Amino acid sequence: MLKEYLGISLFLAAGFVIPIAAFLVSRLFQTRRTSRVKADPYECGMETIGDTWVQFKSNYFLYALVFVAFDVETVFLYPWAVKFQQLGTFAFVEMFIFIAILVVGFWYAWKEGALEWK
Amino acid sequence: MNDSNIFMLISSFLRSLLSPLLGNDATDLSIYVVGLVGVIIVVFTNAVILVLMERKVAGFMQSRLGPNRVGPWGILQTVADTLKLLSKEDYQPREVDKWVWALAPALLFIPALGAYAVIPFDNQAVPVDLNIGIFYFIALSSLSTLPFLMAGWGSNNKYSMLGGMRAVAQMISYEIPLIFSILGVIMLVGSLQMSSIVEAQSKVWFVLLQPVAFVIYVIAATAETNRTPFDLVECEGEIVAGPFTEYSGMRWSMFFLAEYANLFAVSAIATTLFLGGWQPLPLPGALGDILQFIPGWIWFAAKTYFMIFVFMWFRWTFPRFRMDQLMSFGWKVLLPLSLANILITGVGIYFYRVMIGG
Repeated sequence: MLKEYLGISLFLAAGFVIPIAAFLVSRLFQTRRTSRVKADPYECGMETIGDTWVQFKSNYFLYALVFVAFDVETVFLYPWAVKFQQLGTFAFVEMFIFIAILVVGFWYAWKEGALEWK
Repeated sequence: MNDSNIFMLISSFLRSLLSPLLGNDATDLSIYVVGLVGVIIVVFTNAVILVLMERKVAGFMQSRLGPNRVGPWGILQTVADTLKLLSKEDYQPREVDKWVWALAPALLFIPALGAYAVIPFDNQAVPVDLNIGIFYFIALSSLSTLPFLMAGWGSNNKYSMLGGMRAVAQMISYEIPLIFSILGVIMLVGSLQMSSIVEAQSKVWFVLLQPVAFVIYVIAATAETNRTPFDLVECEGEIVAGPFTEYSGMRWSMFFLAEYANLFAVSAIATTLFLGGWQPLPLPGALGDILQFIPGWIWFAAKTYFMIFVFMWFRWTFPRFRMDQLMSFGWKVLLPLSLANILITGVGIYFYRVMIGG
């Protein structure tokens, strides 16, 4: 069991090592030259005005909030789906009550305009 | 059904060779290493093939030839491109957030490669056959949101920032329909293990039992891999190249390697969940018997490449979504639809079991 996760961690480690190795190898072949203009942030040939890291549209945050609710829901739904065929009527009804409660929250978010892109 | 295939032969050969020397635990580990090396070869070969395929398919759809100068039929085009990218300058612009910017392309490759660990290439040829296989895949695929945000944030470029924000909004929105569409299959199988999901489809493929889930999965997977019509993350008409704007050379190509690795991975998962994985077409009679003789990995590759072709077909058929359309389609159409699919699947299984008296 744990051995399998050692195999997984091998994959993840390789996923990190390969790009680093690729960057190092490509370093051997490249020419490196710099100038002031070349180091500017790209913006269609114009100079950038103002700061990049500014306050951002709040809509992104609203979507993220709704997302968190549903993402947590999936953590409960997966074990239920695996054992669904053995659990019988009670678990079946119970899970749909659970989903219904979430749908009510979703409906409220929809009604209040959290899903509108303004 | 073939009792043994080339992967099982290799693995049993290695086992007989290594286990007297190393003991069982170390042998298992070395089998994982062999699987890892195989997967790395698959990832890199695929990237080379898929870039050429993408350009050839694009040429075919637009009545032109596509690349045809380097090698016969343009076969060596991507190899030449790779060599060119390797020798390109990897330039770091002024005022980037150095570590965030530099790490993003490397971190993006971790989930892309890690997802291959649970793909069932053939009968008993899963690199690591986790008992929570599909759950692990979902966990990893949601992780790939983060490097996009890192690249967008770290670049100190307004286009990158916009692209990074769009990437997060889009990928988290379409992740939920993706997860819910897979849930229907899990309810039918009763297991999260990839090999048992494939084995459950020996009679009938789940694309016939879960057609709605299949459509939702394909749409959501297109959005998850940021391909047209959902390529708002990198749409060149509006925000240059999105999060990739400030990258060059090998770092830039790492984004594309990861993108094509992800494209293959989601197609392979679609094959596994809905198209019967490595199993041949379940036909009755003599024709079905003939189809059994084709090795499983050829079936798997054929179905996966068919799915990849479908994704490429989308790319040259549908115009790009607008941001508000994208979000409202994800939340107001796909999400309720996938919830309804779970409900109908549940009721369907329930009544089926009542009918057979289970």
